[in-house]
Amino acid sequence: MNPLPLVAVAGSPNAGKSALFNALTGARQKVANYPGVTVERKSGRLILGDGRPVELVDLPGAYSLDPASPDEAVTRDVLLGRQKGERQPDALLIVLDASNLDNHLRFALQLIELGLPTIIALNMVDLATRDGLELDSRKLERDLGVRVIETVAVRRRGISDLNQALDDVLDGPVRRPMPDIPSDLIQLQRRARTIATAAVVRETPVRRWTHRLDSLLLHPVAGFLILLTVMFLMMQAVFGVSETPVAWLESGLAVLGDAASSNLPDGLFRSLIVDGVIGGVGAVVVFLPPILVLFLFILLLEGSGYMVRAAFLMDKLMHGVGLSGRSFIPLLSSFACAVPGIMATRTIDDPKDRLTTILIAPLMTCSARIPVYTLVIGAFIPNRTIAPFVGLQGLVMFGLFVGGIVGAWMAALVIRRGVLRGGGGGFMMELPKYQWPAFKDVAIGLFQRAAIFLKRAGTIILGTTIVLWALASVPQAGPGEKQSEVSIAGKIADGIEVVVRPIGFNHEIALALLPAMAAREVAVSAIATVYSIDSTDEEAAATSLEDRLKHSWPLPTALAFLAWFVFAPQCISTIAVTRRETNGWKWPLFMVTYLFALAYLAAGATYWLSVAAGL
Amino acid sequence: MNAPFKPNTMTLDELPVGQCALIASIDWDSLDHGEACRLKHFGFDDGIAVEPLHLGPFGRDPLAVRVGRMIVAIRRTQARAVRVTPAR
Repeated sequence: MNPLPLVAVAGSPNAGKSALFNALTGARQKVANYPGVTVERKSGRLILGDGRPVELVDLPGAYSLDPASPDEAVTRDVLLGRQKGERQPDALLIVLDASNLDNHLRFALQLIELGLPTIIALNMVDLATRDGLELDSRKLERDLGVRVIETVAVRRRGISDLNQALDDVLDGPVRRPMPDIPSDLIQLQRRARTIATAAVVRETPVRRWTHRLDSLLLHPVAGFLILLTVMFLMMQAVFGVSETPVAWLESGLAVLGDAASSNLPDGLFRSLIVDGVIGGVGAVVVFLPPILVLFLFILLLEGSGYMVRAAFLMDKLMHGVGLSGRSFIPLLSSFACAVPGIMATRTIDDPKDRLTTILIAPLMTCSARIPVYTLVIGAFIPNRTIAPFVGLQGLVMFGLFVGGIVGAWMAALVIRRGVLRGGGGGFMMELPKYQWPAFKDVAIGLFQRAAIFLKRAGTIILGTTIVLWALASVPQAGPGEKQSEVSIAGKIADGIEVVVRPIGFNHEIALALLPAMAAREVAVSAIATVYSIDSTDEEAAATSLEDRLKHSWPLPTALAFLAWFVFAPQCISTIAVTRRETNGWKWPLFMVTYLFALAYLAAGATYWLSVAAGL
Repeated sequence: MNAPFKPNTMTLDELPVGQCALIASIDWDSLDHGEACRLKHFGFDDGIAVEPLHLGPFGRDPLAVRVGRMIVAIRRTQARAVRVTPAR
């Protein structure tokens, strides 16, 4: 079978390439990685006017064929037919921002020189008009020797013309190449500028919206306060808005679990369905609503152009630990969950900056730690006010957050001076025009990210839960024996106990550490199981568990347990997504090792210092 | 190292916010390959109009600079490689 003709969509960043790609292909897109690199390959199908299907591939945005980032290297390699896992395109669709023609034409000239059948989409002509710029696209067409079609991707203007032009160009005669295109970037840019200037019919200077907005949003004081407000709202939304759907999902799963319990015969199979499968699905879907809200915010920030401004405002602070402003949003997202945070590091150009950000992301206090913190703080820290509006319990919680941030800060310093020394791409970004994010583009992006999250994290959490269920259920306890002791998990815990005894952990904690690898919050239910607290009423169970802990754990042990959870990489999904995003086992292994070492040291220091202090 | 000295010029990081200028010269050798490549991508070239628009809130770093029709963010250390002639 002959493969479909391949049309590559190429253009500089901020040309509206993805919006045009979405307008041409619709929501049915395939998202994967190019083999061997963590650069996304997005493709979709387009039916031409004569009913013939073609495959469209959305190449990463690039400023030229001389790459300054891994993304741009992939774009170059695909275009030159050198990329593993991709055939050379049969035709090119070049997307240009009409109001930034002098810059975008540079890459376009290099692409035209390749000699492939080519069409140019002169995109966002409406915004150029708004900015007082009138262009002659026929003149441009004559100068470049390829079809130029005016488009407004977000309003589907020019889409059917593009479709028709693709049809023509795929059957059309071989194009004669453009004479003497310079290979030097500067000469190329001068040529591009000449052609762009010739295409301008009229230009009326207008005060641009973007400039006015930037005066406020990039203001050293006001802009910074607005950024803090936006970030505060984002975290509120992630934790607040998603509470209700989480409660619905939980009660729905409870009904399902009850139904399974009452309809299946008692035994190993029922336990597998109720505790393994339904419990595992529950652990996944409970995470989904907050993560969708988080993805939505990230997409809106990206689509509006604000993301780059946030990076601009934060760059100096991040530069202090050897990172750049681009690491800010991924790290902030990691306060909800490290998995979307690590997925968001793809916007960081510099490989070393990106890797460092991935390695420290798990130190941000994610939402799964909060149930663990709440339980232990509730049991051991007296509910006392130590100053007006400052409760001791809240202060300890705050201290744990700060502990994570300080840990990340020091880890970044050490990593940037040690294993990932040197380099650092600095901070060079284009500040794009502000735009309203188009609903369709946000919806498609949200759907794609949710699918990736479910595929990567969901299957891992579900699988881990089932494996851990099996370890905890086999062999079955005889009369008078405790299931948590005789199972394989119990035997593994005996081994763990030997290791964690010196840092003040007891047998019960050792039993909870293994299941908590599925997700940190599972530690709470695991401890409840160990202490045989079976109550269907959640609140009553929590209270009785607090009571139980208060009487069986010494205070230094409890504090050491908290310190452990600040650092320990107790999350298989994070490890899995790190493997995915770093393309191998080297970095996830490094991350797991250094974080467990930190956790062990922190817990041990906490334990022995509190013992010495007589707590 | 700064860009070669020419009379009536200053480096881009010394140019006050809101002051338009033309690029007099760029010291490409003081930049590493990636940085130089990006500056070229942004359209930095002799004779091009630039104007610092905003400064970062901490240590007046990075800079948001209008170059041609684009606004780009660069750090002070990179701006130092660009020598400009302020427009009168």
